[in-house]
Amino acid sequence: MTEHDATADYEFVDDAIVDVVESKELSRRLKDRIYQTIEEREGVSFEQAGEIAQAVEARYLDTRVDPLDPVGTVSAQSIGEPGTQMTMNTFHYAGVAEIDVTQGLPRLIELVDARKPPDTPMMTVYLEDEYANNRELAHQVVWNIESTKILALGDISTNVADMVVQINLNDETLLERWPTYDDEGVVASEIAETIEDALGIKTRREGTLIEFGPESPSYRRLLQLVEELRDIVFKGIEEVSRVVIRKENNEDTDEEEFVLYTEGSAFGDALAIEGVDASRSTSNNIHEVHKQLGIEAAREAIIDETMNTLREQGLDDVNIRHLMLVADIMTNDGTIESIGRHGISGSKDSVLARAAFEVTVNHLLDAAIHGEEDDLDGVIENVIVGKPIAIGTGDVDLRMGSLDVEDADANAAPEPSDD
Amino acid sequence: MSIQTPKEIGSIQFGLMDPETYRDMSATKVITADTYDDDGYPIDMGLMDPRLGVIDPGLQCRTCGQHSGSCNGHFGHIELAAPVIHVGFTKLIRRLLRSTCRECGRLSLTQEEADEYRDKLGRTKELGDDWSDVMKSAVRQARKAHRCPHCGSPQHDIKHEKPTTYYEVQNVLAGDYSERIAEAMQPDPDDEDDEGVDPVTLANETGLDAERVNQVLAGEFRPVGDDRKALEKALDLDLTEEDMNKLMPSDIRDWFEDIPDEDLITLGIDPDRSRPEWMILTVLPVPPVTARPSITLDNGQRSEDDLTHKLVDIIRINQRFMENREAGAPQLIIEDLWELLQYHVTTFIDNEISGTPPARHRSGRPLKTLSQRLKGKEGRFRGSLSGKRVNFSARTVISPDPTLSLNEVGVPDRVASEMTQTMNVTERNIDEARQYVRNGPESHPGANYVRRPDGRRLKVTEKNCEELAEKVELGWEVNRHLVDGDIVIFNRQPSLHRMSIMAHEVVVMPYKTFRLNTVVCPPYNADFDGDEMNMHALQNEEARAEARVLMRVQEQILSPRFGENIIGAIQDHISGTYLLTHDNPEFVETQALDLLRATRVDTLPEPAGENEDGQSYWTGQQIFSELLPDDLNMEFTSKVGDTVTIEDGQLTQGTIDEDAVGAFGGEIVDALAKDYSKTRSRIFINEIASLAMRAIMHFGLSIGIDDESIPDEATAQVDEAIDAAYDKIQELIEIYEAGELESLPGRSVDETLEMKIMQRLGKARDSAGEIAEDHFEEDNPAVVMSKSGARASMLNLTQMAGCVGQQAVRGERINRGYEGRTLSHYQKGDLSAEAHGFVENSYRAGLTPREFFFHAMGGREGLVDTAVRTSKSGYLQRRLINALSELEAQYDGSVRDTSGTIVQFEFGEDGTSPVKVSSDDETPIDVENIADRILTSEFSSAEEKERFLGEREPPTNLSEHAEPRVDARAGVESDD
Repeated sequence: MTEHDATADYEFVDDAIVDVVESKELSRRLKDRIYQTIEEREGVSFEQAGEIAQAVEARYLDTRVDPLDPVGTVSAQSIGEPGTQMTMNTFHYAGVAEIDVTQGLPRLIELVDARKPPDTPMMTVYLEDEYANNRELAHQVVWNIESTKILALGDISTNVADMVVQINLNDETLLERWPTYDDEGVVASEIAETIEDALGIKTRREGTLIEFGPESPSYRRLLQLVEELRDIVFKGIEEVSRVVIRKENNEDTDEEEFVLYTEGSAFGDALAIEGVDASRSTSNNIHEVHKQLGIEAAREAIIDETMNTLREQGLDDVNIRHLMLVADIMTNDGTIESIGRHGISGSKDSVLARAAFEVTVNHLLDAAIHGEEDDLDGVIENVIVGKPIAIGTGDVDLRMGSLDVEDADANAAPEPSDD
Repeated sequence: MSIQTPKEIGSIQFGLMDPETYRDMSATKVITADTYDDDGYPIDMGLMDPRLGVIDPGLQCRTCGQHSGSCNGHFGHIELAAPVIHVGFTKLIRRLLRSTCRECGRLSLTQEEADEYRDKLGRTKELGDDWSDVMKSAVRQARKAHRCPHCGSPQHDIKHEKPTTYYEVQNVLAGDYSERIAEAMQPDPDDEDDEGVDPVTLANETGLDAERVNQVLAGEFRPVGDDRKALEKALDLDLTEEDMNKLMPSDIRDWFEDIPDEDLITLGIDPDRSRPEWMILTVLPVPPVTARPSITLDNGQRSEDDLTHKLVDIIRINQRFMENREAGAPQLIIEDLWELLQYHVTTFIDNEISGTPPARHRSGRPLKTLSQRLKGKEGRFRGSLSGKRVNFSARTVISPDPTLSLNEVGVPDRVASEMTQTMNVTERNIDEARQYVRNGPESHPGANYVRRPDGRRLKVTEKNCEELAEKVELGWEVNRHLVDGDIVIFNRQPSLHRMSIMAHEVVVMPYKTFRLNTVVCPPYNADFDGDEMNMHALQNEEARAEARVLMRVQEQILSPRFGENIIGAIQDHISGTYLLTHDNPEFVETQALDLLRATRVDTLPEPAGENEDGQSYWTGQQIFSELLPDDLNMEFTSKVGDTVTIEDGQLTQGTIDEDAVGAFGGEIVDALAKDYSKTRSRIFINEIASLAMRAIMHFGLSIGIDDESIPDEATAQVDEAIDAAYDKIQELIEIYEAGELESLPGRSVDETLEMKIMQRLGKARDSAGEIAEDHFEEDNPAVVMSKSGARASMLNLTQMAGCVGQQAVRGERINRGYEGRTLSHYQKGDLSAEAHGFVENSYRAGLTPREFFFHAMGGREGLVDTAVRTSKSGYLQRRLINALSELEAQYDGSVRDTSGTIVQFEFGEDGTSPVKVSSDDETPIDVENIADRILTSEFSSAEEKERFLGEREPPTNLSEHAEPRVDARAGVESDD
């Protein structure tokens, strides 16, 4: 631990106080908090400082996790038990009634399964600087995110007699969705080009009227072209089908700002868009968060998403530390592992533990081929062979012997608790 | 007779077994398919050979000489007439066939490739990742080679026909090659421009002699190799056909024998423990008789185990095979028999192979063979090995007993005299022990067995008890009945969290049910509508000590899920404390003492005043305060909404309700458990429950149908509110039908209408509820219960008195039923509230038949939902526990699994225990608050300050029955 001189930083903290505080079994964080508090109160006597430190220490030691506590099982139970009280139905997202999001038990299962993609992907996009409070700029971002298909831009009519598809683009919509242009003709020509690239045919354009048909007359081809035309994305992110814009209060600055909620998620593409605040925007697809922001962000996303799911169900009294443990074990090897047969339970070292979970026979046969050896370290294996498990009171060894101090010291080799 | 010393299992190795080792280990070869002879004696070298172990009592095992029960059984073997494939390894066999050379057996990889894969495999193993992917990619790479890189012989593709047939596929020249060529040379009838190919052009194009081409066309010359390829290219056709050469298991076995060890290592196979040729069985192990015991039916007939049936089939076919082969039967017959043998061995190992009809019992039931025994919930692994059956356990119905402490459990005397505790007889307890024995097994504090120092166990009977009691000496063991104060484990399934299994102290009672204090219902999630619970008597001192220190109910008052108390007052307890403290009623001395009669308090404080009659009186708050520690100071808001202030252990204002003393985070109970001691909070909860019961008996609290009725003018108001809503909805529908309804963003017009109607009807129900609520008296028992948090919500009451409201299925109004309408009572397309499940009546007024039907629809959805949810969440919990069960906090504060991998450096980022800190506390330690309290010195006593500074009374694990038990012992006397 680094020695640092608290007396220098604080006016009301003298050496005696430092001595008594430093002698306590406390984390650095708490010691500093004590100095700070003493500083704020101005003129705390030595005795009082000692008492504060003592009381803090008592409280601190009282709230530590006990060594050898089976925290894993306790966390698993603490998340699983409220599962019985959750609903099965998909309901609307609390804030945004317009977007349906999987909620309740199905969402919890989906998160723990690390299923990709989730049932209802969505993003919460926060905006930067002036984009956040200017409705027009915010809408620019919306148009860059929401996928624009032909039906949103104009009317299509299929002329069977002449074998042509006619698109009558709406001038206003064009200029609204392409705010950087001021001539709808330019936009229309761009749209025509996109169509040509996507369908591989020639188009004719006249103002905002686009017309095209199959190379050789064929009804099937004509109808096929119309089908394909509907799927072309002219602007925005393909995966995002809808964006809802809402005005919300920013808790940090206490100002109103625009927040976008998207149906569908493509986190990487969204972050690259100008005006998007990458530091606050999130996706409910933990795999995308992992890919874009790394494993620590994925861990945080798992915690946030599970906590939100529980909160929606009114079960947010679950201690967040349990969720952290689940998120930590899911992300322990640097990738997102699901909880279950294909993830953590399936990749355990012990053959017996895997066999006891699911697909019993295959695990045994594979173990034989690979000549595996089960060292019987874990919990399930030891239950199976009938040995005490090495967790909790089963992890404590008592050694009987005389009270010969010298001898005891020699024997007391520092033994790590995990073997 | 040899006695084996018990040994601890260090590790378990997995591998295949060499047939030679197998033959050595076998107790006997099995050759006859018969089991027992006419005398009912097992036939030698039959499936029930006494060398394979014994199941009939009295017989002796011919291998180890032990009798049934102590002989574990011994394996035998069957020499198979021809090798067969082990079904479990069919995929691996396919992979090996594809990746190794048919001639030399070497892996078809170059040395560099092999080295690369071997390194990769080593690395994945080190990292603890799944190595089967590496193996698969190595196989894929090897399969690409058309020629063996070692001996240069050509490789053929392997076709696998599930489950156990393999073919070698070679492309050879088709038999009808000349016809195919001729046809391709004909002009295309659909294409006028195509004139076909004449033999001369063909010869030019292919570079063959015109002569040769004619010979080919005549079918006289077989174009092979380059000629064939040239022809195929010129005419753009395929001249080959697949030739399938079946690989017999014996061929595969020979092939695998050639695979060198180092190539196996590259594929991740351990050649020391499992050679690939061992995947082809030449000898079949015969499980010991003890693993497939036959049962004798009532009529004296024997019924054999499924495995025995299967083995009989195998031996029969095996014999027929051998006989036929010796007789020189045609190849076709031999092959059929071989396949049949393969089928029987396959189903012996796994009877659920897709594509193979399962072997059936005579009755048509599929046989349960080896794989089926291991698999699934009731299989060997999950059913027998992970879930063990135990002795010294009891199960019966539970019922409430408010006179018990929460630490106790009432155990029926007949259970107590069945389940025992072992007493080691010493100088100090010899008299006691003798008395237990003297009482015999029938009368309650008695004994069932004694054990002499030489290990002999004697049953205590009514006849020999007197005599045996005199014989009991030091060093004997006496299995005495459970008595008051013994510690037992108590459990209710489903065991969803650790509070589902807690340790209780025994109180022996008459009758047949387990008795619990009602305050332990929340942790067990128990009620008394017929619930049953399990009890386990602990059998050694270590277990009893652990149970007492760690598992006793009082140690589990705080839940690790949310860090607050899960044990506390419930239901009537809360109504009771509410009645006692809400209006702060007055009690005269006898009443006050009656309220406190079941508590430790036996003297009353100074009276609060005198009533008109000149009698001193005490207030409800005063009486409640008697249960609080003298130095308790608190302030919080109650559920009712008033501020509760406790100063120096005196409740000075506020109502005590669910938020103060309830289970799931009652403030006072929580504070006592955290700042005082578990024992203090146990005493408090017990006393609160008793006081509340006395209080509720004093005031009386009952509920009847009249308590939910509201005056006529209120009913009129409710009707008015509902009518207003109906009008509004009619308006909405009209707007909608006129096509003028504006849709909400992202919703269709239909959805918008539905949402608006739902909203409006919700509002109507709420206003009906408000009207009803306004007309309820403050002292209405239903209101008391709901306001105090004892039971029911205001919503329940308004549904009873005001209006039940909209019934929903899938979160929407009821829209299912007939086409365009919910019931034939309505017009098609009727969008009104009534037609879509709005129940305007109250439960008290009664529902109309149509309303009742809609209500049942909503109710059914709830039931289905619950059923689906329990199974889903049960599986979620199983997976979570399986994934996290290995994690443990270490002495250094980190969280590691049992193999030492660090998962968290500090539990929950700050090492704080979730048990001791409430989930909604921002910071686990509030330094500011601590400093404030010390600086303002608001301690009423030195003790309080000491406790604040961390001086605690040491935890006691003493039995609540320490005293009575001593008395009981003194009083142990024979009944006769």
